[in-house]
Amino acid sequence: MDFDLTEEQRLLQDSLARLLGDKYGFEQRKGFMKAPEGWSREIWAQFAELGLLGLPFAEDEGGFGGGPVETLLVAEQLGRAITLEPWLTTVVIGGGFLRHGASAALRAELVPQVAAGELLLAFAQVERQSRYDLFDVTTTAKQDGSGWVISGRKGYVVHGDSADTLIVTARTAGGQRDKQGVGVFLVDAKDPGVQRRGYRTVDGQRAAEIEFSGARATAVLGNPEDGLPLVDQVVDEAIAALAGEAVGAMQVAHDMTIDYMKTRQQFGRPIASFQALQHRAADMLVALEQARSMSYYAAISAEERNPVERRKAMAAVKVQIGRSQRFVGQQSIQLHGGIAMTVEYACGHYFKRLTVNDAMFGDADHYVRFLADTGGLVAA
Amino acid sequence: MDLRFTDAEIAFRQEVRDFIARELPAETRDRMIAGRSPTKAQVVEWQRKLNARGWAAPEWPKEAGGPGWTLAQRYIFREELQQAPAPSPLGFNINMCGPVIIEFGTEEQKKRFLPRMLNLDDWWCQGFSEPGAGSDLASLKTRAVKDGDHWIINGQKTWTTLAQHADWIFVLARTDVAAKKQEGISFILVDMKTPGITVRPIITIEGGHEVNEVFFDDVKVPLENLVGQENRGWDCAKFLLGNERFGQARVGASRERIRRLKIIAQESMDGGQPLMEDPDFRRKVTEIEVELKALEMTVMRVIATETKRKDKKPDPATSVLKIKGTEIQQMCSELLMKAAGPYAWADGDPDEQGGSNDVDVAPDWAFGLAGVYFNWRKQSIYGGSNEIQRNIMAKAFLGL
Repeated sequence: MDFDLTEEQRLLQDSLARLLGDKYGFEQRKGFMKAPEGWSREIWAQFAELGLLGLPFAEDEGGFGGGPVETLLVAEQLGRAITLEPWLTTVVIGGGFLRHGASAALRAELVPQVAAGELLLAFAQVERQSRYDLFDVTTTAKQDGSGWVISGRKGYVVHGDSADTLIVTARTAGGQRDKQGVGVFLVDAKDPGVQRRGYRTVDGQRAAEIEFSGARATAVLGNPEDGLPLVDQVVDEAIAALAGEAVGAMQVAHDMTIDYMKTRQQFGRPIASFQALQHRAADMLVALEQARSMSYYAAISAEERNPVERRKAMAAVKVQIGRSQRFVGQQSIQLHGGIAMTVEYACGHYFKRLTVNDAMFGDADHYVRFLADTGGLVAA
Repeated sequence: MDLRFTDAEIAFRQEVRDFIARELPAETRDRMIAGRSPTKAQVVEWQRKLNARGWAAPEWPKEAGGPGWTLAQRYIFREELQQAPAPSPLGFNINMCGPVIIEFGTEEQKKRFLPRMLNLDDWWCQGFSEPGAGSDLASLKTRAVKDGDHWIINGQKTWTTLAQHADWIFVLARTDVAAKKQEGISFILVDMKTPGITVRPIITIEGGHEVNEVFFDDVKVPLENLVGQENRGWDCAKFLLGNERFGQARVGASRERIRRLKIIAQESMDGGQPLMEDPDFRRKVTEIEVELKALEMTVMRVIATETKRKDKKPDPATSVLKIKGTEIQQMCSELLMKAAGPYAWADGDPDEQGGSNDVDVAPDWAFGLAGVYFNWRKQSIYGGSNEIQRNIMAKAFLGL
């Protein structure tokens, strides 16, 4: 048992922290948000230079051979700056699909492009009726000659507006909620059968509503008849990364709150001297530290080979971190008071990101139900 | 970063588990599964079995009679005892007074007291709290005055757990009334058979007799029973309170309670089906399991950092473990009571001889669960109330 980082891991963490410290202050972030794509290509190029974009890929395929711990470290730093760039969608999710679902030839073609920052990926999965069920899919994939043609509508495709290639879940067989018959397909975002409407989300990120009308798939990832295990695995890795991001964002929201409590004067003394507020801050710290512990559990569990155990572990991660980030987010606003309600102040932006982070791929309530229905963590 | 136990640690866990399976009397185990405290005789019997195996004091160094384990081994050992469930080594001896004597005591005191502590030849109790000194322990008033080669002790201690079983008591007493409140206190060992000591039971809300008042009326104690320096007893007290860094998390104990809860919720019927089939109930259980998993990981983190620490200062992370550990245990006891439904309400005095379900008024699995719930409200009060823990965190971690 050892929580220490290797020399390389510490270097990765420090160099990213330095980059974000220099270039990703709250005011700079506001500027990036106003850019046409809603994030910074310049930062993206620097992520590529640091090796962040090739992080999870094998070294002989053009990557850096990073595992879940490296992903966690990067995600935590990005969470601290609540960055806007499509790292999660392109590298963790897109990269996950390439690593677990693509042929060697396809990886040889695409991985170097992802690592170089030249290829942006987005995951088109959510549908109007699906809520958080990954298997609830009405978008269809029909065989047409040697390829597949995709039709249907996807919502909340994070960074779907700037992506070059879309990773789409579509039904090849069965009914809307069948677990079998879901395939995963790559579609060129510029295909004439793809229509995108980009929009800003409440947490300052970008997303798109996407209509597929006979769009031609450029590749199939995994088994088109039974792609759900692949989707589950990639989403579980995304949940582990989201856990790191949440911890980073919670840490900053908490630090910001403590600093403010020490400087804000009321009744002739700093509000930090009031015990009711001290105890709330202590409770926030308990929530944060429990969440940090859970993010480590997520990193270990991302490599769990038994998919049932892995899903249950990630469900527990979603529940605990979801509860923690709701509490830390809400209380960081409360302890600040009115100032944190203003859009000019950073705290509210952390709160909004924490709120969305909880809901990504299912919120705490969703996963409590899932875990309760699958026997929980302790065998009777 | 590697959060797994080593192969040697996994083998050690199996060794402990096998030992417990072989040696733990079924009666002790059954009593504990039912949520009741083991009897004095059961605790003594078990402590002696552990001592015979060299495992009586997991945290003690080898030269004091401990097994010389790593932190990970100590954690594994305690977790296995808790989830068996088996009695833990008697805390007053092994985790409170023993370590103070090892750290501050004379060679003579070590020789005289430690072996008898290990074998539970002497049962110790803790004379800290007083009617006017709870969370504010340093305001204690019990006096020890030097008279020739003796201390004369007068005063009153309270909440003295299991004093009715005790042969010895370690007492914090004021030896200098003029000094600042932390600076005039001494740590003194007192034989419970000394004339002038009176033990009076305090019966807690569930009807059990765990705690007592202990009165000192001109109690004569040899000067050599002082531990450490005169007027420096607060150092011993701080050391004692900060010594147990992850003990209060009790992850193994909560895991055992959740296992029990799931079994009981299969027995207990609700709406024509086992309670465990009820989605709302199941979700409540799941929420606890998740928080317990996070706590387990937090304990691992504390162990990993502790292993590398050189100083002996209390770690404020202990406060997180105490708050979460007790909250989880209390939630378990509440769900266990709720699972029993109307059969939780038979007023079974959990510590009285024969306070069992002999009268057959409830299913055995349900009997006494309300008593445990009421009794366990103590957990967030003792050992530094959870509010005191928040004060510690605000000061130590947050600089507030």
